[in-house]
Amino acid sequence: MSAADTTRNIAGREAAPPRPLLHVILVRPETMTLALLILAVIVASQLSPFFLDINYILRSFTLSAEFAIVALVFTMVIIAGEIDLSPAANMALSACLFAWAQASGIPMPVAILIGLAAGLAMGALNAFMVIALQLPSIIVTIGTLTLYRGLAQIIAGDKSIRVPDWFIGIDKVLVLGIPVPVVIFVVVSLLLGLILAGTIFGRQIYQIGTNEVAARYAGIRTRRIKLVLFLLMGLVAAVAGMMTASRLGSVRYDLGLGGELQMVLMAMLGGTYIFGGRGTILGTFLAAWLLVVVSTGMTVANLLPAIQLTVLGVLLIVAIIATNFIYSRTQR
Amino acid sequence: MLKKSLIALAAGLALSTGALAQDKIDIVFIGKNTGNPYFDSLTKGFVEACQKIACNFEFVAPATAEATSQIPFIEAQIQRGVDVIAISPNSPDALNQVFDAARAKGIIVMTVNGDITGNESHRDLTILPTDFTKVGADQIEMVGSLIGYEGEIAILSATTEAPDQNFWIKGMNEAIKDPKYAKMKLVATVYGDDQPEKSTSEMEALLANYPDLKGVIAPTTVGVAAAAQVVQSRGVAEQVNVTGLGLPSEMRDFVKDGTVKAFQLWSPYNEGWLAAHLAVDLKAGKAKNEVGSTFEVPDLGTITINEGNSINTQSSLTTFTAENIDQFDF
Repeated sequence: MSAADTTRNIAGREAAPPRPLLHVILVRPETMTLALLILAVIVASQLSPFFLDINYILRSFTLSAEFAIVALVFTMVIIAGEIDLSPAANMALSACLFAWAQASGIPMPVAILIGLAAGLAMGALNAFMVIALQLPSIIVTIGTLTLYRGLAQIIAGDKSIRVPDWFIGIDKVLVLGIPVPVVIFVVVSLLLGLILAGTIFGRQIYQIGTNEVAARYAGIRTRRIKLVLFLLMGLVAAVAGMMTASRLGSVRYDLGLGGELQMVLMAMLGGTYIFGGRGTILGTFLAAWLLVVVSTGMTVANLLPAIQLTVLGVLLIVAIIATNFIYSRTQR
Repeated sequence: MLKKSLIALAAGLALSTGALAQDKIDIVFIGKNTGNPYFDSLTKGFVEACQKIACNFEFVAPATAEATSQIPFIEAQIQRGVDVIAISPNSPDALNQVFDAARAKGIIVMTVNGDITGNESHRDLTILPTDFTKVGADQIEMVGSLIGYEGEIAILSATTEAPDQNFWIKGMNEAIKDPKYAKMKLVATVYGDDQPEKSTSEMEALLANYPDLKGVIAPTTVGVAAAAQVVQSRGVAEQVNVTGLGLPSEMRDFVKDGTVKAFQLWSPYNEGWLAAHLAVDLKAGKAKNEVGSTFEVPDLGTITINEGNSINTQSSLTTFTAENIDQFDF
């Protein structure tokens, strides 16, 4: 190593000193989400004396647990620089296929497999158009969201399809006092969080989202990774659809209607960067709780929906401004 | 420290509200959605009843009328520990599980102004505005009398899954088979989703697709107002007769200028009035929720609980025309 190289190294280091550890921990979008969550709990418990009851909060979480679980995979898709707006419609179509199959006499395990396979197939169709046909994922999945919902309506019509009594009530089953959908959400969060932060596969997802061309030149199999993500999205959406069927006791084509917006809201509130490359599972995890606390707190205080919508809108805008500000300050 | 004081505060609030609520029962009414004038009148019935008798009343509703949007509101009322939940359900079956949870806590669940047809075992009783089995036939007779029992008619409904509208449409399809209506033909049933914009464009499409259309039945307050608006602005009231179920307050101008000759409805105010009185009587043990039992409601007289724990507020539809519309203020 020559003397000149050494000087350049030192100069380079001085130009960009490492940020203090406290700075690294505090100036993160997730910190903001956590702060908002704590604030929301305090405000909600002031608004209504009925709010501060852990069982009630957990019970309320089960109402959006299905969306929250899908939002975790959704976060990974966004980090990879793509988007998938079709999962809520996917939930409806896989649940309709599953319910229709079991209602027409097909044994339950086979019906469940049919639902899961349908979810995978829908993920594969999205992946095919985005990866093989090189179409923008936002347009593709707006298209398939309409298509999947339409197919669900063709299958189920305006009627609802019943599921058997023993299948009803996944949200009423408790593990150590915690409803099963919440347990599933926590387990999936841990799993995906570890994969995203701790594995080569996870790092490659960030790489693709940061600069796809560079990632490809660096030898990352970008198409394969995206395929895996879209398939995972389809599969998890199908599971979420069947969980919803179990919670409601019946399936209609309008199951999970508008859920894609909830998922976007969760990912954005959690500090995921809409253009890819940044974001964490922890952020989405916290944001899911934040959303539940905010809406539950206002509902149990009998606040009008107009106020609720306004508060959610303000939250989202605050989150986006803060996320962008933090990312621009900590540009790598 | 903060948490402790919060809990203390919460406990204090719970105690004070509990003490206040001792002699009055808590009734909540969950509407289909907010911004629906129909429910303002129904709510007024509850409010004015609770000014006279022993109840506290609150109205809540989700922003949208989709099937599951009422679930968090029901959960919240269970958590608040109300005595009676009155609800106009957005779905005939998606609420079954949460209704069961409420009833397990001892809350009386009454569906008001619409029932969960096919799932009646999940609620305690239902208060309907009138005998719903007659609505379809009444509406066909109404449109028939307006068009001289001859020509093409269409239906402009709410959402495709709206349980009451679908029940009435079934009734209309059966009633029209009567030889009296042999020269009338039902050409289309379209859905405006109870949104003014969608209802307007569906009505425009009906006029475009069926140039010989003589009559339109819109068995929903949003739909009938939108349909009347389209007919008025196109100036085709002479060819196309709009009728259906509407609010006098929204339809008054259309009736006065001749766009709409007649339409029907019941009194939503009386439903709220009846529901509040029944809720208080049930909780006080003065009325029994049994088929065949009767109870007294001021201004409405003796009310009977019919088959399926169902109650009709009035026996048949009220018809509104230019002559009588000024007598109604809802």
